[in-house]
Amino acid sequence: MTGWFSSFMNHPATYLHTGWLQISISNLLVILLMLVVFSLAVLLPFPEEKK
Amino acid sequence: MSEMWTAKLRNKWQKNLPIEKLLPDDQPAYVSSWIYVFGVLTLAALAVIIASGVVLAFEGPAWYHVSDAGKFINSLHFWSVQLFFVFMVIHLWGKFWMAAWRGNRFATWMTGAVAFVASIATAFTGYLVQTNFDSQWISFEAKDGFNSMGIGAWFNVTNLGQMLLLHVAFLPLILGAITVVHVLMVRKRGVVPPIDAEPVSLGGRS
Repeated sequence: MTGWFSSFMNHPATYLHTGWLQISISNLLVILLMLVVFSLAVLLPFPEEKK
Repeated sequence: MSEMWTAKLRNKWQKNLPIEKLLPDDQPAYVSSWIYVFGVLTLAALAVIIASGVVLAFEGPAWYHVSDAGKFINSLHFWSVQLFFVFMVIHLWGKFWMAAWRGNRFATWMTGAVAFVASIATAFTGYLVQTNFDSQWISFEAKDGFNSMGIGAWFNVTNLGQMLLLHVAFLPLILGAITVVHVLMVRKRGVVPPIDAEPVSLGGRS
């Protein structure tokens, strides 16, 4: 692998730490992405079937 | 009426899950929403997981660690698991906020919850059988946790043979069976309506 993605993936994760909460940036990004997809699934109109 | 168990089972099946409910060609209008897509996306990801897993099982680690095609199928197996969990969790969020256990759908909800737990166990054993340094590190971190619970003798995460058989035989069978029951329950009770919508039955006894 080459490029920024491999340099991001091929080293130990960077962690955010606030009080009791500790989470890697990668896991946080995945959770945020899931929340975005969930919101879009609720808000975006479903395409109507053409008759 | 025949007293044979086959006849009884057939009659019960036809009464509870007639073919027009099992294989519907129409759905209520409220199903026209993206949030209703994530259940079948989870099933699609599971199909890719099973298909790629069967290839990995036939070819073995000497193939999937070394050859380009093997690395591709290995990665396909791994990333379809990631998508499987993403889709399943979004499906879970959607169904939770819809209170999808309404309308006598308790069994549908519970089989989904059990399938979620079985998926975690299957994925965990998958991480343990990668046969690389990652799986070695995970198993040696996990063994202390399982030993502290007193179950390390029966569920030994450092025993590659045990974890491999659980991952490729026992757990997929359990997960597959629960998934089939879950889908049949969805077909039997129908897709849960939004909270303010009138439920629509597709025929038969719901």
